Amino acid sequence: MNNSELVQTLASILLASAPLMIAVCGEIITERSGIVNLSLDGTMLMAAMTAFVVGLKADNIWVGLLAAMAVGALFAFIVAFGSIRLRQSMFAIGFVLTLLGDDLSAFLGQNYTRIPGPVVKHFAIPVLKDIPILGPIFFDQDAVVYFAFLLVGLTWLLLFRTQPGLRLRSAGERPEAAFARGVDVNRVRYLYAVLGGALVGIAGAAYSLDIKIGWSDGHTRGLGWIALAIVIFGGWSPVRGAVGAILFGATKALATFLQRTFPEVSVVAFNSLPWLLMIGVLLLVSSEVSERLIAIAPRAAQRPLRRMLRVSPPRALGATFVEERTS
Amino acid sequence: MKTRRWITRIWPIVPILAALIVTSALLVLFGAKPGESFQAMFQGAFGDQSKTLSVLAFWVPLLFSAVGLLVTFTAGLWNIGVEGQIVMGAIAASWVALRLEAPAPLLITLEILAAMASGALWAGVTAVLKTRGKVHEIFTGLALNNLAIILTNYLISGPWQPPEGGTFRGTQPFQDAALLPLFANSRFSPLSLLLALVAFSMVLVALRGTFWGLKLKALGKNLRSAYLLGVSSEREMILAMMFCGALAGLGGAVRVLSWFDSLRQSISGGIGFLALLVVMLATYQIYWVPLIAFFFSAVLNGSISLQLRTQLHSSLGGILTGLMVLFILLFGDASKLGIGRKKEADEQ
Amino acid sequence: MHIELRQIRKYFGPVKANDGISLVFEGGRIYGLLGENGAGKSTLMKILSGYQPPDAGELLLDGQVQRFSSPAEALGSGIGMLYQDPLDFPPFNISDNYLLGRDRRVFLDYKTANRELREVMERYGFYLDLQANIESLSLGERQQLELVRLLIGGAQILILDEPTTGISAEQKEKLFASMRKLAHEEGKTLILVSHKLDEVQELCDHALVLRRGKLVGEIDIPCATEELVEMMFGQVPTRSERPGFKLGEAVLELRAVSIASYRLSMKDISLDLKAGEVFGLAGLEGSGQQLVLQACAGLLKPAHGSIKLAGQDIKGWTYHRCQAAGVAYVAAGRLEEGLVAGLTLVEHIELSHPKHKFFVDWTSARKETETRIERYQIVGRPDTLADELSGGNQQRLLFALLRSPLKLLLLEHPTRGLDVRSANWIWELLYQRREEGTAILFMSSDLDEVIERSDRIAVFSGGVMSRVVEAKKTSAEELGHLIGGQA
Repeated sequence: MNNSELVQTLASILLASAPLMIAVCGEIITERSGIVNLSLDGTMLMAAMTAFVVGLKADNIWVGLLAAMAVGALFAFIVAFGSIRLRQSMFAIGFVLTLLGDDLSAFLGQNYTRIPGPVVKHFAIPVLKDIPILGPIFFDQDAVVYFAFLLVGLTWLLLFRTQPGLRLRSAGERPEAAFARGVDVNRVRYLYAVLGGALVGIAGAAYSLDIKIGWSDGHTRGLGWIALAIVIFGGWSPVRGAVGAILFGATKALATFLQRTFPEVSVVAFNSLPWLLMIGVLLLVSSEVSERLIAIAPRAAQRPLRRMLRVSPPRALGATFVEERTS
Repeated sequence: MKTRRWITRIWPIVPILAALIVTSALLVLFGAKPGESFQAMFQGAFGDQSKTLSVLAFWVPLLFSAVGLLVTFTAGLWNIGVEGQIVMGAIAASWVALRLEAPAPLLITLEILAAMASGALWAGVTAVLKTRGKVHEIFTGLALNNLAIILTNYLISGPWQPPEGGTFRGTQPFQDAALLPLFANSRFSPLSLLLALVAFSMVLVALRGTFWGLKLKALGKNLRSAYLLGVSSEREMILAMMFCGALAGLGGAVRVLSWFDSLRQSISGGIGFLALLVVMLATYQIYWVPLIAFFFSAVLNGSISLQLRTQLHSSLGGILTGLMVLFILLFGDASKLGIGRKKEADEQ
Repeated sequence: MHIELRQIRKYFGPVKANDGISLVFEGGRIYGLLGENGAGKSTLMKILSGYQPPDAGELLLDGQVQRFSSPAEALGSGIGMLYQDPLDFPPFNISDNYLLGRDRRVFLDYKTANRELREVMERYGFYLDLQANIESLSLGERQQLELVRLLIGGAQILILDEPTTGISAEQKEKLFASMRKLAHEEGKTLILVSHKLDEVQELCDHALVLRRGKLVGEIDIPCATEELVEMMFGQVPTRSERPGFKLGEAVLELRAVSIASYRLSMKDISLDLKAGEVFGLAGLEGSGQQLVLQACAGLLKPAHGSIKLAGQDIKGWTYHRCQAAGVAYVAAGRLEEGLVAGLTLVEHIELSHPKHKFFVDWTSARKETETRIERYQIVGRPDTLADELSGGNQQRLLFALLRSPLKLLLLEHPTRGLDVRSANWIWELLYQRREEGTAILFMSSDLDEVIERSDRIAVFSGGVMSRVVEAKKTSAEELGHLIGGQA
């Protein structure tokens, strides 16, 4: 593959990874507050369908985008509400919503399959796009890609450099201490679950309005699950999550590419890679195995290794917080 | 108070009705008449003998997975990997069907055993990763599901491809001796139903009548107390997962040896996930499971016919059943909503 | 600032944690709040600091009635509490932990925060790396940080809950020096919640003593230790006469055992227990008794030393192996660590059966349950769920689940939260066990119980085990001293 082909491939990897990056950032925000939104796959399907259909009907991608955000927010709200107010398992609710989202999107979108529709514009950033190699890859892209990178930065900023971000993280780490500092834990969880859901909605929309334009049955199927996995092995950090999303896109592209050149080398190997990686990283991330490995490493390397491998989940993830107040 | 208690018992009908109403609304939105559509679904499920038999044929593997999941749910596990366990069972059965030669009864027995072993082992991987590696079973289950599908696709387009070339649809068809005997010209195998009923009874007995079932129940409710009472959580969790995997694998074998005649891409048909919904709708009570699984099968098969007749997408069936589960989850527990309960002070 | 608590009441179910307490605190003084565990100190201070509301009574600051909906609100009014386990965030770094809830600004101002932190740290004399994570700090350092946060947050009244547990002597000196400065020079009100009599006498101006939810006395310091002890533990009736019991062979031998947990590390624990002996571990919670019990059960592995059960070395054994060898452990959290909510009595009885067949014979299990219900006088039926039983009956159920015979019975707070009748009945059951030859090792924060029921007693204080005394020959005073850390 010559240079320009390589550049094209890299650029298309970024484009394909962008929605995943967005979804991952959204779910990181949600999970950092303590809620797991298992409905991601269904949400993205619904959002993709909604964005396309509404965008088509209104002949305006922004309206479509907003509709998709609303859908994402709604699904996340149901998970949060069911968990916080109704004390049901957030896994169960999220799971049902995943399947429902699949079916609902197929049903509601049935008249709109395989039609052309509005597309997100491509625009190259002047000057920057002319930088050799990096230019075409990073700065000659669709708006979705710019948004994705921007979002990663904003998410990082929110989580680690703002007061609301501290409150968000505190709700997911140690709710009783957060309460002591004046944080309304449940309100924070509602807020960020919904925000995260809206972002996932954008991710779904990005798909049907840009990457894989239009709508068809099962359009984005599987992406939501992958996003969930990336959140985990990215250690609930937006930057590592973005890297994970891009790597995932890369292994897919790599698989296609290598299949052309080495048809014998199993497609199996490359398709399996992300999932095997996921299991491997999860294993590493679980305290026992990583502790044992770190213990083997040379003394000096232990502290930085521990910091790098520190990917423990927010401690209160998945648990409900009951305030100790009498009415 | 007796009057209040019957409200609690009757209450679950409300979410079910709500689901029906919402589904009807959707139909109206698309210009269809709910009454007619539901009738068409019913016709699609039970209209003639072959359709009814299809419903039965779909029901059986669903039942296998659902009763298997009851075991894992009892132990407090979220076995999302059940889809992969179905697929691995199907793959193992396919291997026997394609590679071994024997008279039918022996061949079928081997297929069944292979499927159960394969599903059990696949589940075992998730279980060990959980007990030793402390990795949550939802994520390993997910990964293993995908790996099983990748393996299937590889086998279909590679070593097991049909003689006329890889079409990515399915492997080469199995020898007649390998297939389960079918009833009439349908896809229904009475033998599989018999096995499913055996499985149902086994799970019933295991959960209610064995010491092991009691251990699982304790584990699922309070891991720490169960440990202090003497229950070894690692061992029991692994066994529970493998039990479920074996049953799910058996369901996969039934799929590949009766519903289809070869290994296909979507061999599991989403049955694993459906089984999770079935168990949730049955609120984890075993006696409801066969009925609800049957209902799911009828609705889903019926809506396929619906699509053929009325151009309405067959996902309608999934919407109806999905809404039922969602509403039951959210609003099905009257006591959690504070309905039918007198003020606690009075009851003292 | 003038703080008044008026008739504060707080109940947790039938337990009267605070039963009509009225107190006054004046600025510029250091108060010591004393009392055994369960006396109500923590509850009262949680109310004062805004963590929970009282069921009845009022809190007045400078004559104005105040109601706080959260500790953050209380801090806004000038009241701050430093918890024994500081309410901080382990994965956060020091700056983030400090900044949370500090102000309403959106962006975190690390520069100012770090400056403030460094200033205060210098003033009070401790030094920490601001980039470090909270979880890498020692308990003492975490306490220091929390103190800094409260002071900068404007606390005029500082409540410190057992602040000297787990910090070095040097850190303690610094802490005390800071406390004196805060009160006497800066006019703040300091309340030290503690059980360490010598520290209270060293630091405080005035002592308040709580017992069983009520204020039983207050006194200016300096004063005689005996007076404090008497107020804390009251007059204990002389131990009732019991016929002597002939003890059997050695059942448990601990030699130079070292156990460590996050907050406490214990060294050189040695203990002997004979069959039929009842040995009480006294002392305030968190002093190490639980660790000893858990080590004997195989729930915790000691770092050094040896543990022998009837002559056999059981140091590395798992809990289930110890269980099979005749050791039983009854934890204090009945529903958290003993019974399974959602399971019936029959199911519990069946589950705890050491010998069981593959299939459960529910009929005979039911009969067995009815027998035990009778024998242990449990108010409940075979199909009652464990969580539907009252506390006393849950405890009886826990005993009904124990195997027979047992070599060693380890108990955490066997009669916590029980009324007198239930408590007596539990002890009757325990004495029946001892007649079968079971050695009993139990911990309790109720000194009356320890003196009354044990043959021998050891007192734990800050992870150190005192000398072993005979129950017949000791007194509440002596024990009080030992608990207070004085040999």
